[in-house]
Amino acid sequence: MRSNLGFFSDEKFRSIFFQTLVVGLFALGLFFIISTTSYNLEKRNIATGWSFLQNPAGFDISFSPFLEFKSTDTHLKVYFVGVLNTLLVSITGCIAATILGFILGIVRLSSNWLLSRLVYIYVEFSRNVPLLLQIILWYSILIQLPRVKQSLQVLDVFYISNRGLYSPRPIFESGFSYVLIAIVLAFISSFLINRWAKKRQDKTGQQFPVFSSSIGLIFVVPLILFFILGSPLSFEHPELKGFNFKGGLVIRPEFIAMFLALSIYTAAFISEIVRAGIMSVSKGQREASAAIGLKQTWIMRLIIIPQALRVIVPPLTSQYLNLTKNSSLGIAVGYADLVHGFGGISLNQTGQAIECMAIVMATYLSISLTISFFMNIYNRSIQFKEK
Amino acid sequence: MKKLLSIFAVVAFAFSAHAGTLDDVKNRGFLKCGVTTGLAGFAAPDDSGEWAGLDADMCRAVAVAVFGDRSKVEFITTTGKSRFPTLASGEVDMLARNTTWTISRDVNLGFEFVGVNFYDGQGFMVPSALGVSSATELDGATVCIQTGTTTELNLADFFRLNGISYEALPIETNDEGKENLFAGRCDVYTTDASGLSSTRAAASNPDKWVVLPEIISKEPLGPLVRHGDHQWGDVVRWSLNAMIIAEELGITSENVDAQMSSNVPEVLRLLGVEGNYGEMLELSNDWAYQIIKQIGNYSESYEANVGPDTPLEIARGLNALWTQGGILYAPPFR
Repeated sequence: MRSNLGFFSDEKFRSIFFQTLVVGLFALGLFFIISTTSYNLEKRNIATGWSFLQNPAGFDISFSPFLEFKSTDTHLKVYFVGVLNTLLVSITGCIAATILGFILGIVRLSSNWLLSRLVYIYVEFSRNVPLLLQIILWYSILIQLPRVKQSLQVLDVFYISNRGLYSPRPIFESGFSYVLIAIVLAFISSFLINRWAKKRQDKTGQQFPVFSSSIGLIFVVPLILFFILGSPLSFEHPELKGFNFKGGLVIRPEFIAMFLALSIYTAAFISEIVRAGIMSVSKGQREASAAIGLKQTWIMRLIIIPQALRVIVPPLTSQYLNLTKNSSLGIAVGYADLVHGFGGISLNQTGQAIECMAIVMATYLSISLTISFFMNIYNRSIQFKEK
Repeated sequence: MKKLLSIFAVVAFAFSAHAGTLDDVKNRGFLKCGVTTGLAGFAAPDDSGEWAGLDADMCRAVAVAVFGDRSKVEFITTTGKSRFPTLASGEVDMLARNTTWTISRDVNLGFEFVGVNFYDGQGFMVPSALGVSSATELDGATVCIQTGTTTELNLADFFRLNGISYEALPIETNDEGKENLFAGRCDVYTTDASGLSSTRAAASNPDKWVVLPEIISKEPLGPLVRHGDHQWGDVVRWSLNAMIIAEELGITSENVDAQMSSNVPEVLRLLGVEGNYGEMLELSNDWAYQIIKQIGNYSESYEANVGPDTPLEIARGLNALWTQGGILYAPPFR
């Protein structure tokens, strides 16, 4: 028997053989896909290459809060507008989902039966209904708002219609930069005070009201400066002219629908993660800290949350990644994100499907890896440091 | 290893081997035709769930030419965006989907437009309550626009040329456009004038909407196939031409049997009584007879689907025969 197998009886040879075989098959498959694709592209006379990026787009994108976009701009600029819009809805969505998720996770554990049941219903509803339907639901509700000529007026300065939420746009006049500098300085000094206070407490046990002094620095000082400089800030109010409001700031229903759906959907998952994190901290910890006389809020802030975070952060990272990737569903309501603009309209107008999709995929990959990178750093910083 | 190699060889063959589309269609037993997701008058399911419209008739005409049976079609819906990949990948054999013939689509995308079955142009539709009478008064308006279309590019050009601003609201399908326009999310809907008529006809109160007089572009809409398969391209091209020529010669679905004994040579050639044009196309010799018998000539299809007596109320205009003031023209059948 043994002699029949020959080399095969050697475990080392066998493992090398199979590994080479698998890698070889993989390479062969890859080669096969690439060569078939290029063969078919050539056969169908479909042009390939990257030069289309420099061609004028020819279409307009209306939702571009950070870059001015005209139809004479290139497809490359369509790409940048898309990336910025994707980042906008992802970042605001992640922040809102985190805040909402933490609050709901804690409320879910509350001893108040009604509150905890309400959160339970919310969680089960929003995480069990497909996200796409939720996006479309929010959008359908938003476009049923009054028409632009019958806009709801709120506090005399905000206008709500199915074209979006219009608000006054702040215009910074000369001198406002000093206020901004004051705010930045206030943040830096609050940070330094915090460090100094911690050191002093470690050494002497004395405490310093870090929170209230920071608030004072960040809000009160710039505010006083603002009035001393003669209020160097004015507002441009939106005005109904012709078909639409002119001037002011506008938040479009497409963005609001995406933002609401993404943050509410993801918050449901985050609240469960937070709940699991808090429950993972053993009951003894809470009892022990109560026994040494800590206040309820301190127990949460100093004992429970830091330990819970070790459980919370890794799955939280996946939720951030999910939210970012889910933002590609913006196409359902015409939100001008990366997939809709570059991966959709540019792709279709130029016909460069493979190139456009490759760029879009590489971009999502880079965004996701960047999020993972920073979340991993944060995760390491909150792990147990054994001394 | 030998076995493995032969498996790869078979798979490689399956991927790269392309028999002619005509043979594929014949072997399959039915035609796969890409149409819109629903545009009344062009391709939309009627009350009984049957696809009907000018484009649907185009698909059926090709099915009749190949099989002699108008029911041998599978209609596959495509959006403005999915239509080209669907055709390029072989998912459908042809597109008859309100698609504008442009140089970049014909050349760069690797397709072949085989003719024009509707001469159209881009227009604007607004609520009559707005009191707008010309597209140049639309400064600052929000415009609903289907993405991935030529109309999207024309729109940008038109507003740039006239130095007026607008806000584009991108939508994917005609239904989405309807919904946003009727809800007042956009002030204006722009697409091919025929599409606007179709949308207006579908409104609960058509009088509340007006189509503005400006036509800002040429939109020759026609069926297209993959580039390179000339035999199949010829079948689709001449199925369309046969319907146009039949109208020129006054042959209708009603009188086609009587015309079999006509004394006009071109009539006899078209109906397959004389010559072997069907065989040249690798079809049966009565292919054109069957198209006219089962579908009708171009005029019959037009009047039944989009003409003045239908809800769309589109006059023949450019789509009349060249002998009647239009530009519809087919090469001679000889």
